[in-house]
Amino acid sequence: MALTNLLPDFLIAPLDYLANMARKHSLWPMPFATACCGIELMATASSRYDIARFGSEAMRFSPRQCDVMIVAGRVAMKMVPVMQRIWLQMPEPKWCISMGACASSGGVFDTYAVVQGIDRFIPVDVYVPGCPPRPEQLIRSILDLQEKIQRTGTIDAREFASRTAYEGPTALARELGAEEAIVAPGDYNTATRLRSLPTVN
Amino acid sequence: MPYLDTLNAKFAGAFATSAFRDNQRVVLSAEKAFTVLFPLLKCLKEECGFDFLAELGGIDYLHYPHATDRFCVVYGLTNTTTGERVWVKAFANDPDPELPSVVALWKGADWMEREVYDMYGVRFPGHPDPRRILMPSEYTGHPLRKDYPLRGYGERHNFPTVTRADS
Repeated sequence: MALTNLLPDFLIAPLDYLANMARKHSLWPMPFATACCGIELMATASSRYDIARFGSEAMRFSPRQCDVMIVAGRVAMKMVPVMQRIWLQMPEPKWCISMGACASSGGVFDTYAVVQGIDRFIPVDVYVPGCPPRPEQLIRSILDLQEKIQRTGTIDAREFASRTAYEGPTALARELGAEEAIVAPGDYNTATRLRSLPTVN
Repeated sequence: MPYLDTLNAKFAGAFATSAFRDNQRVVLSAEKAFTVLFPLLKCLKEECGFDFLAELGGIDYLHYPHATDRFCVVYGLTNTTTGERVWVKAFANDPDPELPSVVALWKGADWMEREVYDMYGVRFPGHPDPRRILMPSEYTGHPLRKDYPLRGYGERHNFPTVTRADS
Protein backbone atom coordinates (compact mmCIF):
# COMPACT_ATOMS: atom_id res chain seq x y z
CA MET A 1 0.00 0.00 0.00
CA ALA A 2 2.78 2.40 0.86
CA LEU A 3 4.35 1.85 -2.52
CA THR A 4 1.15 2.54 -4.43
CA ASN A 5 0.57 5.75 -2.50
CA LEU A 6 3.97 7.11 -3.42
CA LEU A 7 3.81 6.33 -7.10
CA PRO A 8 1.97 8.48 -9.66
CA ASP A 9 -1.36 7.23 -10.84
CA PHE A 10 -0.36 6.14 -14.31
CA LEU A 11 1.89 3.43 -12.86
CA ILE A 12 -0.94 1.72 -10.92
CA ALA A 13 -2.18 -0.26 -13.87
CA PRO A 14 1.22 -1.69 -14.79
CA LEU A 15 1.78 -2.63 -11.14
CA ASP A 16 -1.53 -4.44 -11.13
CA TYR A 17 -0.47 -6.13 -14.31
CA LEU A 18 2.81 -7.30 -12.82
CA ALA A 19 1.21 -8.50 -9.60
CA ASN A 20 -1.45 -10.40 -11.50
CA MET A 21 1.16 -11.90 -13.79
CA ALA A 22 3.06 -13.19 -10.76
CA ARG A 23 -0.06 -14.46 -9.02
CA LYS A 24 -1.64 -16.24 -11.94
CA HIS A 25 1.51 -18.18 -12.73
CA SER A 26 2.08 -19.31 -9.15
CA LEU A 27 -1.28 -20.63 -8.00
CA TRP A 28 -0.86 -23.10 -5.15
CA PRO A 29 -3.91 -25.36 -4.94
CA MET A 30 -5.47 -26.60 -1.72
CA PRO A 31 -6.99 -29.95 -2.76
CA PHE A 32 -10.31 -30.42 -0.98
CA ALA A 33 -10.92 -33.82 -2.58
CA THR A 34 -13.67 -36.01 -1.17
CA ALA A 35 -14.61 -38.44 -3.94
CA CYS A 36 -13.99 -39.58 -7.51
CA CYS A 37 -13.17 -36.05 -8.71
CA GLY A 38 -10.24 -36.20 -6.32
CA ILE A 39 -8.76 -39.04 -8.35
CA GLU A 40 -9.00 -36.91 -11.48
CA LEU A 41 -7.37 -34.09 -9.54
CA MET A 42 -4.49 -36.42 -8.70
CA ALA A 43 -4.28 -37.45 -12.34
CA THR A 44 -4.04 -33.78 -13.28
CA ALA A 45 -0.91 -33.54 -11.17
CA SER A 46 0.57 -36.67 -12.73
CA SER A 47 3.23 -36.62 -15.40
CA ARG A 48 0.73 -37.28 -18.19
CA TYR A 49 -1.19 -34.03 -17.65
CA ASP A 50 1.34 -32.15 -15.51
CA ILE A 51 -0.39 -29.27 -13.78
CA ALA A 52 3.12 -27.93 -13.09
CA ARG A 53 3.16 -26.42 -16.58
CA PHE A 54 0.88 -23.70 -15.22
CA GLY A 55 2.76 -23.04 -12.01
CA SER A 56 0.19 -24.96 -9.99
CA GLU A 57 2.13 -28.04 -9.03
CA ALA A 58 2.64 -27.09 -5.38
CA MET A 59 -0.35 -28.83 -3.80
CA ARG A 60 -0.36 -27.86 -0.17
CA PHE A 61 -2.43 -29.60 2.47
CA SER A 62 -2.00 -26.69 4.81
CA PRO A 63 -4.46 -23.90 4.00
CA ARG A 64 -2.07 -21.19 5.22
CA GLN A 65 0.11 -21.70 2.16
CA CYS A 66 -2.52 -21.99 -0.57
CA ASP A 67 -4.31 -19.45 -2.70
CA VAL A 68 -6.73 -21.57 -4.74
CA MET A 69 -9.02 -24.17 -3.22
CA ILE A 70 -10.14 -26.95 -5.56
CA VAL A 71 -13.27 -28.57 -4.14
CA ALA A 72 -13.42 -31.94 -5.89
CA GLY A 73 -16.23 -34.30 -5.03
CA ARG A 74 -19.48 -34.34 -3.15
CA VAL A 75 -19.64 -32.36 0.07
CA ALA A 76 -21.84 -33.70 2.85
CA MET A 77 -23.47 -31.38 5.36
CA LYS A 78 -21.12 -32.65 8.06
CA MET A 79 -18.23 -31.45 5.91
CA VAL A 80 -19.48 -27.90 5.26
CA PRO A 81 -18.15 -26.33 8.50
CA VAL A 82 -14.77 -27.96 7.80
CA MET A 83 -14.75 -26.58 4.27
CA GLN A 84 -15.66 -23.11 5.50
CA ARG A 85 -12.94 -23.19 8.15
CA ILE A 86 -10.31 -24.22 5.61
CA TRP A 87 -11.50 -21.45 3.29
CA LEU A 88 -11.28 -18.87 6.07
CA GLN A 89 -7.79 -20.03 7.01
CA MET A 90 -6.41 -19.42 3.51
CA PRO A 91 -4.73 -16.03 3.12
CA GLU A 92 -5.95 -13.39 0.70
CA PRO A 93 -6.01 -13.15 -2.22
CA LYS A 94 -7.60 -16.53 -2.80
CA TRP A 95 -9.84 -18.20 -5.33
CA CYS A 96 -12.04 -21.27 -5.43
CA ILE A 97 -12.62 -23.83 -8.18
CA SER A 98 -15.71 -26.01 -7.85
CA MET A 99 -14.75 -29.21 -9.65
CA GLY A 100 -17.41 -31.58 -10.94
CA ALA A 101 -21.17 -31.85 -10.80
CA CYS A 102 -21.36 -32.76 -7.10
CA ALA A 103 -19.39 -29.80 -5.82
CA SER A 104 -21.20 -27.42 -8.16
CA SER A 105 -24.79 -28.63 -7.77
CA GLY A 106 -24.94 -31.78 -5.66
CA GLY A 107 -24.83 -33.92 -8.78
CA VAL A 108 -27.05 -36.97 -8.64
CA PHE A 109 -26.97 -36.92 -4.83
CA ASP A 110 -30.19 -35.01 -4.17
CA THR A 111 -30.32 -36.44 -0.66
CA TYR A 112 -30.68 -35.22 2.89
CA ALA A 113 -26.96 -35.12 3.59
CA VAL A 114 -25.31 -33.77 0.41
CA VAL A 115 -25.32 -30.01 -0.06
CA GLN A 116 -26.59 -28.86 -3.44
CA GLY A 117 -23.65 -26.75 -4.48
CA ILE A 118 -20.80 -25.39 -2.39
CA ASP A 119 -21.40 -21.89 -3.75
CA ARG A 120 -24.20 -21.58 -1.21
CA PHE A 121 -21.60 -21.54 1.55
CA ILE A 122 -18.33 -20.17 0.11
CA PRO A 123 -17.62 -17.95 -2.92
CA VAL A 124 -16.73 -19.84 -6.10
CA ASP A 125 -14.80 -18.40 -9.04
CA VAL A 126 -14.82 -21.20 -11.64
CA TYR A 127 -17.19 -24.15 -12.04
CA VAL A 128 -16.01 -27.27 -13.84
CA PRO A 129 -18.77 -29.43 -15.35
CA GLY A 130 -18.51 -33.19 -15.66
CA CYS A 131 -18.95 -36.31 -13.61
CA PRO A 132 -16.07 -36.57 -13.08
CA PRO A 133 -14.37 -33.98 -15.30
CA ARG A 134 -11.34 -35.04 -17.27
CA PRO A 135 -7.98 -33.60 -16.24
CA GLU A 136 -8.04 -31.46 -19.36
CA GLN A 137 -11.18 -29.76 -18.08
CA LEU A 138 -9.53 -28.96 -14.77
CA ILE A 139 -6.53 -27.55 -16.63
CA ARG A 140 -8.96 -25.47 -18.70
CA SER A 141 -10.51 -24.13 -15.49
CA ILE A 142 -7.09 -23.18 -14.18
CA LEU A 143 -6.39 -21.32 -17.42
CA ASP A 144 -9.75 -19.57 -17.07
CA LEU A 145 -8.94 -18.66 -13.50
CA GLN A 146 -5.58 -17.29 -14.63
CA GLU A 147 -7.37 -15.14 -17.18
CA LYS A 148 -9.78 -13.91 -14.52
CA ILE A 149 -6.92 -13.03 -12.19
CA GLN A 150 -5.12 -11.19 -14.97
CA ARG A 151 -8.18 -9.19 -15.96
CA THR A 152 -9.79 -8.39 -12.62
CA GLY A 153 -7.01 -8.67 -10.05
CA THR A 154 -5.42 -5.75 -8.22
CA ILE A 155 -2.17 -5.48 -6.38
CA ASP A 156 -3.81 -5.04 -2.99
CA ALA A 157 -6.67 -7.48 -3.74
CA ARG A 158 -9.19 -4.66 -3.31
CA GLU A 159 -11.46 -6.36 -5.85
CA PHE A 160 -12.53 -8.64 -3.01
CA ALA A 161 -13.14 -5.87 -0.48
CA SER A 162 -16.41 -4.69 -1.97
CA ARG A 163 -17.91 -8.16 -2.38
CA THR A 164 -19.98 -8.28 0.75
CA ALA A 165 -23.05 -9.67 -0.98
CA TYR A 166 -23.87 -13.33 -1.13
CA GLU A 167 -22.65 -14.53 -4.50
CA GLY A 168 -24.38 -17.87 -4.74
CA PRO A 169 -27.47 -18.79 -6.71
CA THR A 170 -30.60 -16.89 -5.75
CA ALA A 171 -33.33 -19.25 -6.96
CA LEU A 172 -32.83 -22.23 -4.65
CA ALA A 173 -34.64 -25.49 -5.30
CA ARG A 174 -37.66 -25.86 -3.07
CA GLU A 175 -37.08 -27.90 0.06
CA LEU A 176 -39.56 -30.58 1.03
CA GLY A 177 -41.81 -29.49 3.86
CA ALA A 178 -42.09 -31.63 6.95
CA GLU A 179 -45.75 -32.40 6.28
CA GLU A 180 -45.35 -33.40 2.64
CA ALA A 181 -45.59 -36.98 1.45
CA ILE A 182 -42.59 -38.87 0.17
CA VAL A 183 -42.57 -39.32 -3.57
CA ALA A 184 -40.78 -42.50 -4.54
CA PRO A 185 -39.14 -42.50 -7.97
CA GLY A 186 -41.13 -45.38 -9.43
CA ASP A 187 -43.62 -48.15 -8.80
CA TYR A 188 -42.47 -51.46 -10.17
CA ASN A 189 -45.87 -53.10 -9.79
CA THR A 190 -47.96 -50.67 -11.80
CA ALA A 191 -45.12 -49.20 -13.85
CA THR A 192 -46.26 -45.68 -13.05
CA ARG A 193 -43.67 -43.01 -13.02
CA LEU A 194 -44.45 -41.57 -9.62
CA ARG A 195 -46.41 -42.69 -6.64
CA SER A 196 -46.98 -40.98 -3.34
CA LEU A 197 -46.77 -43.03 -0.19
CA PRO A 198 -49.11 -42.39 2.73
CA THR A 199 -47.56 -40.40 5.50
CA VAL A 200 -47.30 -41.79 9.00
CA ASN A 201 -48.84 -39.83 11.80
CA MET B 1 -29.49 -77.56 15.39
CA PRO B 2 -28.56 -78.24 19.01
CA TYR B 3 -28.75 -74.59 20.02
CA LEU B 4 -32.52 -74.67 19.47
CA ASP B 5 -32.89 -77.34 22.15
CA THR B 6 -30.95 -75.20 24.56
CA LEU B 7 -33.04 -72.14 23.72
CA ASN B 8 -36.30 -74.10 23.97
CA ALA B 9 -35.34 -75.37 27.39
CA LYS B 10 -34.72 -71.86 28.71
CA PHE B 11 -36.96 -69.55 26.65
CA ALA B 12 -39.85 -71.77 25.57
CA GLY B 13 -42.59 -69.70 23.93
CA ALA B 14 -40.64 -66.47 23.95
CA PHE B 15 -39.34 -66.74 20.40
CA ALA B 16 -40.26 -68.06 16.99
CA THR B 17 -37.99 -69.59 14.41
CA SER B 18 -37.91 -69.39 10.65
CA ALA B 19 -35.51 -70.28 7.88
CA PHE B 20 -34.76 -68.89 4.45
CA ARG B 21 -32.23 -70.84 2.38
CA ASP B 22 -29.23 -71.12 4.71
CA ASN B 23 -30.39 -68.47 7.15
CA GLN B 24 -31.60 -69.83 10.46
CA ARG B 25 -33.49 -67.17 12.35
CA VAL B 26 -34.64 -66.66 15.91
CA VAL B 27 -37.42 -64.05 15.92
CA LEU B 28 -38.44 -62.04 18.98
CA SER B 29 -41.66 -60.05 18.69
CA ALA B 30 -41.87 -56.53 20.05
CA GLU B 31 -43.63 -57.37 23.31
CA LYS B 32 -41.07 -60.03 24.24
CA ALA B 33 -37.90 -58.59 22.77
CA PHE B 34 -36.91 -56.08 25.44
CA THR B 35 -36.87 -58.61 28.25
CA VAL B 36 -35.81 -61.74 26.40
CA LEU B 37 -33.17 -60.42 24.00
CA PHE B 38 -30.24 -59.98 26.35
CA PRO B 39 -30.51 -63.31 28.21
CA LEU B 40 -31.14 -65.09 24.92
CA LEU B 41 -28.03 -63.65 23.28
CA LYS B 42 -26.06 -64.33 26.45
CA CYS B 43 -27.22 -67.96 26.33
CA LEU B 44 -26.30 -68.21 22.64
CA LYS B 45 -22.87 -66.78 23.35
CA GLU B 46 -21.94 -68.65 26.50
CA GLU B 47 -23.75 -71.96 26.16
CA CYS B 48 -24.17 -72.49 22.42
CA GLY B 49 -20.78 -71.29 21.22
CA PHE B 50 -21.94 -68.31 19.13
CA ASP B 51 -19.03 -66.22 20.31
CA PHE B 52 -18.73 -63.81 17.36
CA LEU B 53 -21.17 -60.97 16.64
CA ALA B 54 -20.69 -60.77 12.90
CA GLU B 55 -23.14 -57.98 12.26
CA LEU B 56 -25.80 -55.80 13.80
CA GLY B 57 -28.14 -53.73 11.70
CA GLY B 58 -31.53 -52.09 11.66
CA ILE B 59 -34.60 -52.51 9.44
CA ASP B 60 -37.70 -50.36 9.15
CA TYR B 61 -40.74 -52.44 8.19
CA LEU B 62 -43.06 -49.47 7.64
CA HIS B 63 -45.56 -50.24 4.82
CA TYR B 64 -44.09 -53.73 4.53
CA PRO B 65 -46.72 -56.36 3.62
CA HIS B 66 -47.88 -58.43 6.60
CA ALA B 67 -45.47 -56.73 8.98
CA THR B 68 -46.79 -56.42 12.53
CA ASP B 69 -43.94 -54.60 14.25
CA ARG B 70 -42.13 -51.63 12.80
CA PHE B 71 -38.44 -51.67 13.71
CA CYS B 72 -36.18 -54.68 13.70
CA VAL B 73 -32.60 -55.04 14.86
CA VAL B 74 -30.82 -58.04 13.37
CA TYR B 75 -27.94 -59.72 15.18
CA GLY B 76 -25.83 -62.01 13.01
CA LEU B 77 -23.98 -64.50 15.19
CA THR B 78 -21.25 -66.93 14.18
CA ASN B 79 -19.88 -69.92 15.99
CA THR B 80 -16.17 -69.62 15.27
CA THR B 81 -15.58 -73.27 16.16
CA THR B 82 -18.16 -74.90 13.93
CA GLY B 83 -18.82 -72.09 11.46
CA GLU B 84 -22.53 -72.27 12.24
CA ARG B 85 -24.53 -69.07 11.90
CA VAL B 86 -27.78 -67.78 13.34
CA TRP B 87 -29.69 -64.55 12.89
CA VAL B 88 -31.58 -63.11 15.82
CA LYS B 89 -34.27 -60.62 14.82
CA ALA B 90 -35.56 -58.46 17.66
CA PHE B 91 -38.50 -56.13 16.96
CA ALA B 92 -39.40 -52.82 18.54
CA ASN B 93 -42.28 -50.46 17.98
CA ASP B 94 -43.16 -46.79 17.97
CA PRO B 95 -43.42 -44.42 19.75
CA ASP B 96 -40.37 -45.30 21.80
CA PRO B 97 -38.45 -48.16 20.15
CA GLU B 98 -35.78 -49.52 22.42
CA LEU B 99 -33.83 -52.72 22.91
CA PRO B 100 -31.23 -53.65 25.54
CA SER B 101 -27.65 -52.94 24.59
CA VAL B 102 -25.39 -55.94 23.98
CA VAL B 103 -22.11 -54.07 24.34
CA ALA B 104 -21.64 -55.96 27.60
CA LEU B 105 -21.53 -59.20 25.58
CA TRP B 106 -19.68 -58.02 22.48
CA LYS B 107 -17.67 -54.80 22.47
CA GLY B 108 -18.02 -54.76 18.70
CA ALA B 109 -21.67 -53.81 19.13
CA ASP B 110 -20.67 -50.36 20.34
CA TRP B 111 -20.44 -48.46 17.06
CA MET B 112 -23.11 -50.57 15.34
CA GLU B 113 -25.70 -49.79 18.01
CA ARG B 114 -24.80 -46.12 17.71
CA GLU B 115 -25.34 -46.38 13.97
CA VAL B 116 -28.73 -48.05 14.38
CA TYR B 117 -29.71 -45.32 16.83
CA ASP B 118 -28.49 -42.62 14.47
CA MET B 119 -30.24 -43.94 11.37
CA TYR B 120 -33.43 -45.48 12.84
CA GLY B 121 -33.89 -43.91 16.26
CA VAL B 122 -33.91 -47.20 18.13
CA ARG B 123 -32.51 -46.51 21.58
CA PHE B 124 -30.29 -48.98 23.41
CA PRO B 125 -30.52 -48.57 27.21
CA GLY B 126 -27.26 -49.68 28.80
CA HIS B 127 -25.09 -48.46 25.94
CA PRO B 128 -21.94 -46.84 27.40
CA ASP B 129 -21.78 -43.99 24.87
CA PRO B 130 -25.16 -43.36 23.22
CA ARG B 131 -24.25 -40.59 20.78
CA ARG B 132 -24.82 -40.18 17.07
CA ILE B 133 -22.04 -41.58 14.93
CA LEU B 134 -22.76 -40.71 11.28
CA MET B 135 -24.86 -37.55 11.35
CA PRO B 136 -23.84 -34.32 13.09
CA SER B 137 -24.69 -34.34 16.77
CA GLU B 138 -27.22 -31.49 16.46
CA TYR B 139 -29.21 -33.43 13.83
CA THR B 140 -32.77 -34.17 14.85
CA GLY B 141 -34.12 -36.76 12.40
CA HIS B 142 -33.34 -40.40 11.73
CA PRO B 143 -32.67 -40.56 7.98
CA LEU B 144 -33.15 -44.28 7.26
CA ARG B 145 -36.71 -44.33 8.59
CA LYS B 146 -39.12 -45.00 5.74
CA ASP B 147 -41.19 -41.90 6.55
CA TYR B 148 -38.16 -39.64 6.38
CA PRO B 149 -38.15 -37.65 3.11
CA LEU B 150 -35.30 -38.43 0.73
CA ARG B 151 -34.18 -34.82 0.69
CA GLY B 152 -34.63 -34.32 4.41
CA TYR B 153 -36.36 -31.37 6.00
CA GLY B 154 -33.84 -28.81 4.73
CA GLU B 155 -31.11 -29.62 7.25
CA ARG B 156 -28.50 -29.70 4.51
CA HIS B 157 -28.77 -25.96 3.91
CA ASN B 158 -28.87 -24.73 7.49
CA PHE B 159 -25.40 -23.25 7.49
CA PRO B 160 -24.16 -19.66 7.49
CA THR B 161 -22.77 -18.41 4.19
CA VAL B 162 -19.19 -17.18 4.00
CA THR B 163 -18.90 -14.20 1.65
CA ARG B 164 -15.79 -12.62 0.22
CA ALA B 165 -15.93 -9.89 2.83
CA ASP B 166 -15.83 -12.44 5.67
CA SER B 167 -12.67 -14.06 4.44
